[in-house]
Amino acid sequence: MALLEKAPALAGPAAPPHRLSAEGLRLGYGDRVIVDELGLSIQPGRITVLVGANGCGKSTLLKGMARLLTPSHGAVLLDGKSVHATPSKEIAKVLGLLPQSPTAPEGITVADLVGRGRYPHQGWFRRWTAEDEAAVTDALTATGTLELADRPIDEMSGGQRQRVWIAMALAQQTDLLLLDEPTTFLDLAHQIDVLDLLTDLNRRRGTTIVIVMHDLNLACRYADELIAMCGGTLIAQGAPAQVITAETVREVFGIESVVINDPLSGTPTVVPVGRHHCGGRTDR
Amino acid sequence: MTATDLRPPAERAAAEPDRPARGRAAARAAVTGVRRRRARRTLLVCLVLVVLIVVVLVASMITGDVPLTVGQVWYALTGRGTAGTNFIVYQLRLPRIETGLLTGACFGVAGAIFQSLVRNPLASPDIIGVSYGASAGGVVAILVLGWSGFALSGAALVGGLAVAAAIYLLAWRDGISGYRFVLIGIGLSAVLASVINYAITRAQVFEAQSALVWLTGSLNGASVDQFATLLPPAAVLLVAALVARRWLSGLQLGDELAVATGVPVERARLVLILIGVALAAVATAAVGPIGFVAFVAGPIARRLTRGTGDALVAPALVGALVVTAADYAGQHLLPVTLPVGVITPLIGAPYLLWLLITSGKTRFGGS
Repeated sequence: MALLEKAPALAGPAAPPHRLSAEGLRLGYGDRVIVDELGLSIQPGRITVLVGANGCGKSTLLKGMARLLTPSHGAVLLDGKSVHATPSKEIAKVLGLLPQSPTAPEGITVADLVGRGRYPHQGWFRRWTAEDEAAVTDALTATGTLELADRPIDEMSGGQRQRVWIAMALAQQTDLLLLDEPTTFLDLAHQIDVLDLLTDLNRRRGTTIVIVMHDLNLACRYADELIAMCGGTLIAQGAPAQVITAETVREVFGIESVVINDPLSGTPTVVPVGRHHCGGRTDR
Repeated sequence: MTATDLRPPAERAAAEPDRPARGRAAARAAVTGVRRRRARRTLLVCLVLVVLIVVVLVASMITGDVPLTVGQVWYALTGRGTAGTNFIVYQLRLPRIETGLLTGACFGVAGAIFQSLVRNPLASPDIIGVSYGASAGGVVAILVLGWSGFALSGAALVGGLAVAAAIYLLAWRDGISGYRFVLIGIGLSAVLASVINYAITRAQVFEAQSALVWLTGSLNGASVDQFATLLPPAAVLLVAALVARRWLSGLQLGDELAVATGVPVERARLVLILIGVALAAVATAAVGPIGFVAFVAGPIARRLTRGTGDALVAPALVGALVVTAADYAGQHLLPVTLPVGVITPLIGAPYLLWLLITSGKTRFGGS
């Protein structure tokens, strides 16, 4: 643990946490407004999961927070300052992003790719340093990809590849990490693997994590804070047990359900009601 | 020792029972080793390229109508030559070699920048029309305006930039798609070819002849004065390219990750395109559009170094080697003397065909 405290960039709980929020945010593509008049505040040092139906604007919101989209109104604030008014490199030292389908240059090796996460910490004349090497080593070790360091990423399975992408984000050593559907293309074992990894990161380094996710039950289990979105606005925000009720699920996903407790974690589990196989219960 | 591992040691050991937990120092040594092996390979490739270039240079210095010995060349270069050898070395052979080296490096780097930026091996300036634009600017400057020297470079630059701007505007649709970029470039090349042909048909026979030689790509016009025109802009641009290289590495990850890691995407792309266009234009103004050098240099360098295409020193060396070696071959190895621009397509065209035949949808349709 001593090493963690020695490296200030790793920002243990001692460092003042960076705060991410949004005010009156309007986001869209061209004339199409997806998110409008949205205000929110991300809990520092917690895992926040954004859930909602397809097209509800959760990925758009994440892109807006990661400054991939410029808001036509309102602002995304990092420690009270607009992320669009701050130099991109300064933001990148604090705020990291893993996009939904990142593309790697053909033939790139794991070590090279993870090393590119060091960009914001390097300058025009100060290039690769011992600090960079240490950050890359830590990221590879933490994600269990050290053995793959010399291998091209093209050869890897989906689960391994996702670990490598997370390693790249870790090498960036940001206090905040946004992930757009990091589990969508993975099988169940690898979904759990990735979510456990992110939880470790949060618990051990105090990293604030925001995840966009489809699986409501895993979201409930792993989230400290759940944000439910529908039609580009926030419907509910809070602990999963408070947010997830049959009413919220109906409002957000347009489906009847029974909410029970996860036998392992005690968090809410949503059992959806359909027209078949539901013991005659068809509440719609 | 494993403090920065997110998993506690016990959990780690349980997950990997057959392997003892490795220390942080060992992990770090492994990462350093991986990086050093890569760096060593790149260095080795570059050294071999430099040796090959030196071999070609020596051969070019001693071969010609008046053969010289290595000793005579050495004496001339160290200021102890006779008037005759001095003239041959300084006025005839050295400018030609220097011009070949520098333009080759410019074409190589320009090609590597474009191919990496557009993520498509077809996106080199000689395929997508940037070199054609520079040629059209140059031909108009030579035939219509009677320009030479820096003015000719300027005209070529304007032509190249105009084409690059046109491609950028026409291909832009919420970002640049590699495939559109290349197709629009090829279309513009056809338009510019007709501009060039028009200018030539309107010119006097003698002028048209010299313009045609220039259009083929030739080091025959290389002189001390011409090299003095080429050196300053080429040197500045090559240094600028090496400095901007880290942007290229960032942009290779795609716009989203580039933004996420703090690359100023729009500015970086604009600057890199400008550097690439200017390199191609400056070299074209000096020696004409020597075909396929920009096209093959990057991929050859990439294959040799097993890199991802964001390296620029190796493509510069490959470009320099290709131009000087092709010029040597055209001058001395064939029964007839041919300009370098006739030789390089003999290397480049088969590669283009191979690329077109073997490339699957992934390589061409890729963003």
